[in-house]
Amino acid sequence: MVSRFRSIAAAIVPILVLTACSPTASPSASSAPASTGPTSAPPSAPAASASQAAAASPGTKFKGVNINILTFNGPQVAEPLQRRAPDWEQLTGGHVNVVAVGFQTIYDKALLDASTGTNSFDGYVFDPQWMGDFVGPGYLLDLTDREKNDPQLNQQDIVPFFRDYNSVYNGKNYTVPLDGDFHMVYYRSDLLTKDGLKPPATWDDYLSIAQKYNGQDLNGDGQPDYGSCIAKKKGAQSYWWIISLAAGLLQSKGTSQGAFFDTTNMNPLFGQNEAMTLALQTYAKTATYGPPDELNMDVGGSRGLFTTGRCALTMDWGDIGTLAPGTFAQDKTGATITPGWKQVLDRSTGKLVACDATSCPDAVDGVNYAPFGSFGGWSGAVNAKSPKAQQDAAYDFLSYMSSPAISGIDVTLGKTGFNPYRTSQFTNTAPWLAAGLSQAATDNYLGAIKTSLDNKNFVLDLRIPQTKQYEQDVLDTAIAQYLAKELDEAGTEAAIADGWNSITDQAGKDKQLAAYVASLGIKQ
Amino acid sequence: MASSNSPTDELSREPGLTGPAPPRTAARRATATLGAWRSEGAARWLFIWPAVLLILALSLFPLVASVALSVSKLVFNPGRVDLSFVGAANYQQLLFGLERSHFLGVLRTPTPLGWAILIGTVALTATAWIRVLRSGRVRPLGLVFRLVGGLLFIGLMGLLVQTLASDGGRPGSVVVTLIFVFGGIALQLFLGLGLAMLAVQQVPWRRFFRILFLVPLTITPVGVGYMFLMMTDTSKGPFEPVWVALGLRNFTWVTDPWLARGAVIIGDTWQWTPFVFIVLLAALESLDQEVREAALVDGASRWQSFRHITMPALLPVTTTIVLIRIIEGFKIIDMPNILLGGGPGTATQSMTLQAYIDWNTLNLGRSAAVAYLLLILVSVVATVYVSFVRRRVTELA
Repeated sequence: MVSRFRSIAAAIVPILVLTACSPTASPSASSAPASTGPTSAPPSAPAASASQAAAASPGTKFKGVNINILTFNGPQVAEPLQRRAPDWEQLTGGHVNVVAVGFQTIYDKALLDASTGTNSFDGYVFDPQWMGDFVGPGYLLDLTDREKNDPQLNQQDIVPFFRDYNSVYNGKNYTVPLDGDFHMVYYRSDLLTKDGLKPPATWDDYLSIAQKYNGQDLNGDGQPDYGSCIAKKKGAQSYWWIISLAAGLLQSKGTSQGAFFDTTNMNPLFGQNEAMTLALQTYAKTATYGPPDELNMDVGGSRGLFTTGRCALTMDWGDIGTLAPGTFAQDKTGATITPGWKQVLDRSTGKLVACDATSCPDAVDGVNYAPFGSFGGWSGAVNAKSPKAQQDAAYDFLSYMSSPAISGIDVTLGKTGFNPYRTSQFTNTAPWLAAGLSQAATDNYLGAIKTSLDNKNFVLDLRIPQTKQYEQDVLDTAIAQYLAKELDEAGTEAAIADGWNSITDQAGKDKQLAAYVASLGIKQ
Repeated sequence: MASSNSPTDELSREPGLTGPAPPRTAARRATATLGAWRSEGAARWLFIWPAVLLILALSLFPLVASVALSVSKLVFNPGRVDLSFVGAANYQQLLFGLERSHFLGVLRTPTPLGWAILIGTVALTATAWIRVLRSGRVRPLGLVFRLVGGLLFIGLMGLLVQTLASDGGRPGSVVVTLIFVFGGIALQLFLGLGLAMLAVQQVPWRRFFRILFLVPLTITPVGVGYMFLMMTDTSKGPFEPVWVALGLRNFTWVTDPWLARGAVIIGDTWQWTPFVFIVLLAALESLDQEVREAALVDGASRWQSFRHITMPALLPVTTTIVLIRIIEGFKIIDMPNILLGGGPGTATQSMTLQAYIDWNTLNLGRSAAVAYLLLILVSVVATVYVSFVRRRVTELA
């Protein structure tokens, strides 16, 4: 017994000694400038007024001010915030704690923190889609004047969609854009060039290209590969793809027309109509040219397959462009605007009609494109109930992160998860070349982004109260059931429409309609 | 209340003290009685009520609060969160409304086999009721509980039959949970018993294997989920060469509902078999070997020895293991969520996962309603199970 005790003690003592001597045992704040743990502001933190801050010399602007910023633990998104935090602290004298949590947790944590009056976070870097839930009860600070008069932010450099729509709710700016998120289609440029094919302009083109390359060896490893890779896992981020696919059939008259509900009566467009039926059928067909486990593949899986050369086509946010350098897909990746349709939904009849000058005024060569700003891009917001000093510091940190000099570098790095959203990021190609993209790849990638953002028919993601229930619960479940053949087209459309109507009725139809109209920037 | 047995009474009955008690003694007796009452009352307040209040605070309050939540919806207002009363709307949605197909499943007319199972269930339950009634040993309240429990059991079997043994039926999260619970427990019991029988033998590396068999139990369920996510990925990931070598490059676990459920059960079994193993190992080691050896000397085969000596001796502990695993198994969420996100479709969506999805979209009312229905289901299944096995265990004992 004694010998056993001795042997256990002999094993434990060195572990304790090593633990005590390890660097993490030191509580020194200076050794962990970008702590991921929440710490409250010191009670003695001086409340620096805006005028004091403005008059302060560099390095003391926010001296003693401690701010907590809640965001996604990625590791993308949190990475640039944590990496840049020490630089901002050096410049201003403030201290920022980046509190990084899982994607599914940000919304609940932020909303409950604000609604219960806990207010432990001074700022959020989150999904602008959630503004509907945050702006109504007054949880977010109105940033309109700050953004307009902030030379560091340089608001005019931000692309109009992100400046005038994505960061705006009911005519006021509530978020600082840090990321430009929307879907594009990526293709293997080497294969299409070799075979004399053009990038897919319509979803029919997409299917025919996917069919052509499916089952062929695309990366020279002797194994058959896939025509199309689209992440379709339930409970991940997959519900956004069907919106991209259906958008060109549902919206044709500009962003303010909206693609989710009829703006006159709040009837779901994702319901029983020919447009949805065609979109669902096309979406299911893409799965026939994909990997066998595509139904359980998240976006990490589809990116991995594309960058290792195993897919001819994929749909993604802007990330593929910055992930390709250094992989098999380097200089073999092309990007193009999300394919469109030559038909569009007649909302009064529920039938599809051919595109013409009246039904699709912005169509290009008869194709109605509707690039989808899914998610909308990570954006910073400031807690309306934080002390003024913390609000000032939180805004300044977000503005610093978004400033052209900082964001111009970060959007070129795949590890940040940030994509371009400023004019200067398209005109200055030097950071892109420095990040490893060739001139041709840079031109192609930025060209596709610019084409998408310049499109007047850009689709804004849903941003009304209970958005999460509409998309992540009802839509995600119905689409997963359709892909698993639990529901047919009619059953899926009914499940989405009934589910959305139920949420709308519970929340109040008039209230939801007003919020939807406000989110589209329509003046009432 | 303590006067009849008080020390003063005992004194008054002693020899030589048989006369009537003087007034002073009566006063003392009254004071002592009051003191005893006071000290007992104080002790009750001091020692019992804090514990009772703590239990109430930790157990009953959340239960009552979640009942309130299940009949409400959350409304966010500036500076506060309000609960708006919606009555039974959340329960109505789950049992009869929009969420019925996700919660109960798609119910269709049973096949002939389904009808046979259902009729058999009704007959067995009715026989059990009649037996209880004839025994005359059960109180009226017990009879009511048994009647309600039996009806719920028949309803549950009806649900199983209409979703699994029917044309066009589809299980909802209730039935999926039952599949995970009973499929997993059957496998875990079989493997755990086998491993325990192996580890109790005097074999080389015995201690090493005992520790090795326990390792899965020490890993966090989320970690196990990600590990099985990698292992079951046939198109990429570390096991891809293995799948390719086996000619299963295009095989997938995730498009067929039963294969997906099988993957979840395998992962859950890998994690929880060690629990069954360690408890059964302890039980096996505590058995009296002399009885077994005597049986072998008397000519019993190893199977007869296992069947008639070891198994009955293990039954009480096995009953407890199964009960614990039933209660624990109903809460399964990590494996189906991480491995498949509840898919394909809703094929692996357990009740807890459904509650989690609702909670995650801040539909807290419906999430609480799912949780309450889960509580009722666990209670019914556990009660029926205990009633079913208790008599047999008692008879064997």
